[in-house]
Amino acid sequence: MSTPILQVNDLKKHFPIKAGFLGGTTGYVYAVDGVSFDIMKGETLSLVGESGCGKSTVGKALLRLFPLTGGQVILGGDRIDDMPNGTLRPLRRKMQVVFQDPFSSLNPRMRVRDILAEPIRNFGLAKDSADLEQRLEGLMDKVRLPRDAINRWPHEFSGGQRQRIGIARALAGEPDLIICDEAVSALDVSVKAQIVNLLQDLQTELGLAMLFISHDLAIVEHMTHRVAVMYLGKIVEVAPKRSLFGAPKHPYTEALLSAVPVPMPGAQRERIILKGDVPSPINPPKGCRFHTRCPYAFDRCRTEEPQLRPVADALAEGHIAACHLHDRPAAENPLAGAKGAQLLALG
Amino acid sequence: MALLEVENLQTHFRTPDGINRAVDGVNFHVNAGETVAIVGESGCGKSVTAMSILRLIPEPPGKIAGAIRFNGKNLLEASDKEMRAIRGNEISMIFQEPMTSLNPVLTVGRQIGETLRLHQGLSAQEAEDRAVEMLNLVGIPEAKRRVREYPHQLSGGMRQRVMIAIALACNPKLLIADEPTTALDVTIQAQILELMKDLKHRVGAAIVLITHDLGVVAEVAERVIVMYAGRKVEEAAVGPLFRNPRHPYTQGLLGSMPKLGSSLTGEETRLAEIPGLVPSLKKKIPGCVFASRCPKVTDLCTQYAPALEEKAPGHVAACHYALREEVVAA
Repeated sequence: MSTPILQVNDLKKHFPIKAGFLGGTTGYVYAVDGVSFDIMKGETLSLVGESGCGKSTVGKALLRLFPLTGGQVILGGDRIDDMPNGTLRPLRRKMQVVFQDPFSSLNPRMRVRDILAEPIRNFGLAKDSADLEQRLEGLMDKVRLPRDAINRWPHEFSGGQRQRIGIARALAGEPDLIICDEAVSALDVSVKAQIVNLLQDLQTELGLAMLFISHDLAIVEHMTHRVAVMYLGKIVEVAPKRSLFGAPKHPYTEALLSAVPVPMPGAQRERIILKGDVPSPINPPKGCRFHTRCPYAFDRCRTEEPQLRPVADALAEGHIAACHLHDRPAAENPLAGAKGAQLLALG
Repeated sequence: MALLEVENLQTHFRTPDGINRAVDGVNFHVNAGETVAIVGESGCGKSVTAMSILRLIPEPPGKIAGAIRFNGKNLLEASDKEMRAIRGNEISMIFQEPMTSLNPVLTVGRQIGETLRLHQGLSAQEAEDRAVEMLNLVGIPEAKRRVREYPHQLSGGMRQRVMIAIALACNPKLLIADEPTTALDVTIQAQILELMKDLKHRVGAAIVLITHDLGVVAEVAERVIVMYAGRKVEEAAVGPLFRNPRHPYTQGLLGSMPKLGSSLTGEETRLAEIPGLVPSLKKKIPGCVFASRCPKVTDLCTQYAPALEEKAPGHVAACHYALREEVVAA
C-alpha cells in the first residue's frame, strides 16, 4: 500500500464555450480546476460529489479521453499527461475503465467473446490461440458468468450481467488500476449488491487499485479506503473513510452526510439543508467556492480561497480539508470534534 | 371509507411474445391525508400501478381490470370526460423526470395556470397571480420573475418544485409521486423531501409515493407496500416493516443495502445478495413469485402461491414461512 500507482498533481480541464458562427471562444467551463490526489497499490479511492462537480471529468481526463488543460498525471512512474498517443497506447493496459451505463458501453454487434478478446489482442497478451481461449475462460470465471455465455450477444444479458461483461473487459488487459465511473449507479438494489461484492472480491484477489467515482455515499463507505469530496471542480476534503464519515471537516461534506436519507424510520438526526443550487462552473464564486451555500461562511471565505491542509483534530492521519474555519479556535469552529454519528443518526 | 381503494388491480399488456402481467392482482387502500409508499425494483409494477390509478395506460395494448375506487367512485368505469375532471384536480401526479415532463415551449406560469384555468375557470390574470403564489409556496425565490421563465432557465431542483406546484395548484385530495427525487442530487433531494413533508402538513393531501429508495421511504412514509414481480408481497406500517420485515424479499432488499455509518459502528459486513434475476412476467407463475430467488424455498412454494396473511396486527406478508406474531413472541 505504500507506493502510489497513480499520482495526480493540479489537474485542470477547462472546456471552451464557442459562440457565433466564427466559433470564437467566449468563456470556459472550469470543470476541473486544480485537483491533486494519489492512489496506492491495491487501494480504493472514492471520488464523491453531486452532478456537475467534475468527478467524471477527472476520470475521463486521467484516461486521456480528451487533452488536459494543465497538470501532471503519473501512472506507475511514467508521466502520461503530455505523452504522445503512440507511446501512451501500451500503457493504457495498466489503467482500465468500467462505465456507468451497461447498455451503451458494450458494442451490440460484437459477441461477448470478441468484446473480451479485443483488449487481449490489442495489447498482445496471448501467446497463441489456446492461451487466448484460456484467458477468456478465466475472465468469465472471474466475473462469475457461465463459460458457455461467451458466444452470446450483449442484448441477451440483463443489466447486472452486462456490467459483469464490462468488468471482465476491463480486467482483460490485466490492469493495475480500474476507474469505475458510477459503475453501480444504474443497477437495482439487489443487483447492485452483487456487483459491489464482485468488485470487492476482485480487488482482494488481484490486488487492484480502484478509483471509484460515485454519488452514492453508502456504497462509497462500504467499498472504499479513502474518500475525496469534490465541489465545483475542486477537491474540498480527502480522508480515510472512518475519519471522513466519523468527523467530516468541511461544511459541504457535513451537509452531504446529513442529506442522505437513512433507512431507519423515525431516526433523530441533525439535518443540514443547503439552500440554493450549485453555482455555475462557468463563473465560479470568488474565494471559497462553497461560500454561497455554506451555513458558516464569514468574510474571509468571500475573498480568500482556502487551501487543502491537514486538520488538527481528525480521527485519522491523512485527513485534509480546505476550510478557513480550522484557523479559528475550536470554540468558534462548528466543525470541531466528531459529529459524524449525529449526522448519520447512529444514536 | 378510505379515500382510495384498489381492488384486485390487474394491468396486463399485450406484446408480440405473450401477455405481460405487469400488475397481477394488487389490493391496497389509502386513507385521507396518509402517506403510503410503494417500493420495489425496476419492473415490479409500481409505476404501472400509479399510472393505472389515473388511467394513463394506453388501451390497447394495455388492459386494466379490477376496481379503483376513489371516494367510492370506480374510476375504471368513469367516462373520459369524468376522468379529465379528476386528473390534475382531485388526483394529481408528480413525475420522475422534471426535464421531460414540463413543456419546453411554455412558461412555467402558463403550465401552472393551465390546470387552474381548466378546472377552476380562472381568468388568465387570476391564474398567473395564483401561479406566483404557488411558486412562493414551493420556495422558489423571485416568483414574480420566475413565473415568466421557461423550464430550461431553471435548475433540476427548481423544475421539480414547479412540478410540485402544478400538482398542488388545485388542492388535490390525492397526490401520486412517481420517483419524485430519483433524478436529483442528495442535497437537492433533501430540500424536496423537506418541502413535501412541509406541504403535506399545510395542504393535507394524501400521498402515494412510488420509489425504490428505502431511505426516502423511511423518511416520509407512514405505511409501506412492497411489490415484487407485479404482486404485493408485504405491507406494514413503516416502523415494523424496517424493524421486523417478514417477507424474504423485503429482508433481502434491506440486507443488500449498505448502511451509512458502517465504518463507525464496525458493522462492516459483506452485503447480502439476492441471487438470480426477476422472473419474466410473460409466463404465468404458479407458485410464489419470489420462489426462484428465495433462500427458504421448498416444494410448497413452487406449487402454491402463498396468500397475503396478517402476520401481526396491520402487517401482512405473502409467504408460507413468514413467522406469525405468536410464534415470534414465544
